[in-house]
Amino acid sequence: MARYILKRLLAMIPTMLGVAVLIFLLLRVIPGDVVEARYLTQGSQFQSQELMDIERAKIGLDKPLWKQFTTWMGGLARFDFGVSMWTDAPITQEIKLRFALSLQLAPMASTIATLLAIPLGILAAFKQDTWVDYAVRVFSIAGLATPSFWLGSLMILAMLIVFKWVPPMVFTPLWVNPWENLAQLIWPALAVGYRYCAVGTRMMRSTMLEVLREDYIRTARAKGLWMKLILTRHALKNAILPVLTVISTEFAFLLGGLVVTEQVFNLNGLGMLFVEGISHRDYTMIQALVMLVATAFLVVNFVVDIAYGWIDPRIRYR
Amino acid sequence: MSAAPHAIEELTRTQEPAGWRSTVGQFVRQRPLGAIGGAIIVLTALLAATAGWIAPYDPLANDYAAMLSAPGPGHWLGTDAFGRDVLTRIIYGSRTALTVGLGASFIGTTFGSLIGVGSAYFGGRVDLVTQRVMDVFFAFPVIILALAVVAILGTGAGNVILAIATPMVPRCARVVRSSALAVREMPYVDAARAAGFGHRRIILRHMLPNVMAPILIMATAFLGEAILLEASLSFLGLGVQEPTAAWGLMLRGAAVEFAESAPWMAIFPGLAISLAVFGFNLFGDSLRDALDPRLRTQ
Repeated sequence: MARYILKRLLAMIPTMLGVAVLIFLLLRVIPGDVVEARYLTQGSQFQSQELMDIERAKIGLDKPLWKQFTTWMGGLARFDFGVSMWTDAPITQEIKLRFALSLQLAPMASTIATLLAIPLGILAAFKQDTWVDYAVRVFSIAGLATPSFWLGSLMILAMLIVFKWVPPMVFTPLWVNPWENLAQLIWPALAVGYRYCAVGTRMMRSTMLEVLREDYIRTARAKGLWMKLILTRHALKNAILPVLTVISTEFAFLLGGLVVTEQVFNLNGLGMLFVEGISHRDYTMIQALVMLVATAFLVVNFVVDIAYGWIDPRIRYR
Repeated sequence: MSAAPHAIEELTRTQEPAGWRSTVGQFVRQRPLGAIGGAIIVLTALLAATAGWIAPYDPLANDYAAMLSAPGPGHWLGTDAFGRDVLTRIIYGSRTALTVGLGASFIGTTFGSLIGVGSAYFGGRVDLVTQRVMDVFFAFPVIILALAVVAILGTGAGNVILAIATPMVPRCARVVRSSALAVREMPYVDAARAAGFGHRRIILRHMLPNVMAPILIMATAFLGEAILLEASLSFLGLGVQEPTAAWGLMLRGAAVEFAESAPWMAIFPGLAISLAVFGFNLFGDSLRDALDPRLRTQ
């Protein structure tokens, strides 16, 4: 087991390195850079070339690519993300401010999604091809089809028209005023949670359908066990693993911010930071954000893999 | 895995000439949800094809006398901040949605399945390297990868297609690879190799047709996703550009600004997106049930 964990952790390194190289190169291929972006917003595109070159030299953009890359990597190895090319503020600080939001929103959306998805999926599989199944399927397919950002704006619109009330638009941390905080964040959590729940429900239904056809389920029924017991004890345990995977993968990506939905709810989260970073050509910021999401994804995957063995003892790690 | 031979059996069985009328009839009876999805797709396609005739107005014509007018007899779904008819723009928007959806899904699955089958066929180091590269792409959220590609190529429908297809390639490759691994062990692939056929011929003529089921399933799933992603990108202002009629674009700007006084601008284009994607997903699901015998309804 310890060997397996070590092996998995080591296997993350090449993937992370690949992500780093890919995002590093992608960013440099995007036309323009942060210096040009800054002059464009200042409205003076006729800046002299020398001045721009001086600016570039200040943030190290004049160095050869390999040098820029190794400098960045060297920083990463020391958990130093450097400073934002746009604001000059330390990136750790910029991200920390917004990560609190994701750190709260992602678990909220996941809780909503999981609590709905698992029972709904089991129900649909158990009542396959009845109207219950059809209703659940329509509900979940509609969830996949509804853009979260649109659902979000509909929610705001409905509350505005019906209750003449809009959720607070300024972020209040949970420990300052829990009520204000929830009144703001529950809506984006629901908007994203619906899609998220749909993904989970569908996976739950299809794995459950597979498991329900197994011989041991027939045996359990034949010996007269309660259906409730069969579903929760025998079937769920065997069907839950893929569901766990999709739920946790979504969770990892939610941690990285909601690129589009944040715009609707005026949330200043990582997604907003990302979109701004792209338009500002803020290389260091985007690099840090992408590494953060990739790490979250890999770590969550790793944890799920370990959890697999705990849930299903038949799985052996080599 | 014993699933693959069955899959092939099923495929050949469904390909027996049965007359398309009875095939469609059977599909409608056995899979009513899929049939509803199919009907929505046909409707969307018809709208896109006949937009020039059925749309009541010109999608680009500004009518400053009728800006932000509510749904009524003149404009069934109202007008936007430039006085353009919302219904007309939704009808024309189906063209953008279908073009981007079909284009991205086609490009994504084509490259994805070639990489997937190739990776499974060659195996060994090629497979290992391909898989590691795919791992890297998987660690990127779809929208972030698409945004990066748009930033590089620029906005506009053509570039958006490529941007959306990019994240689809590794996902398709992974699914196709796992099916192709089973196909590679089939005697007919051995036979083809023994007959001295080249790699290209074996991959394209012998292996690819036998993994068509997962490819088709991926392609339909991608269609809906591509439409959603296009809407998201356009909503951010990084997708299709004004004045082209696109659903995501219609939800942006004035639709947000005037949401309270002119909610039709914020509601109807979103409904169009949801309905179209809903149709593709319903149909895709039923197609998967029909093609994937493991999940088959008994």
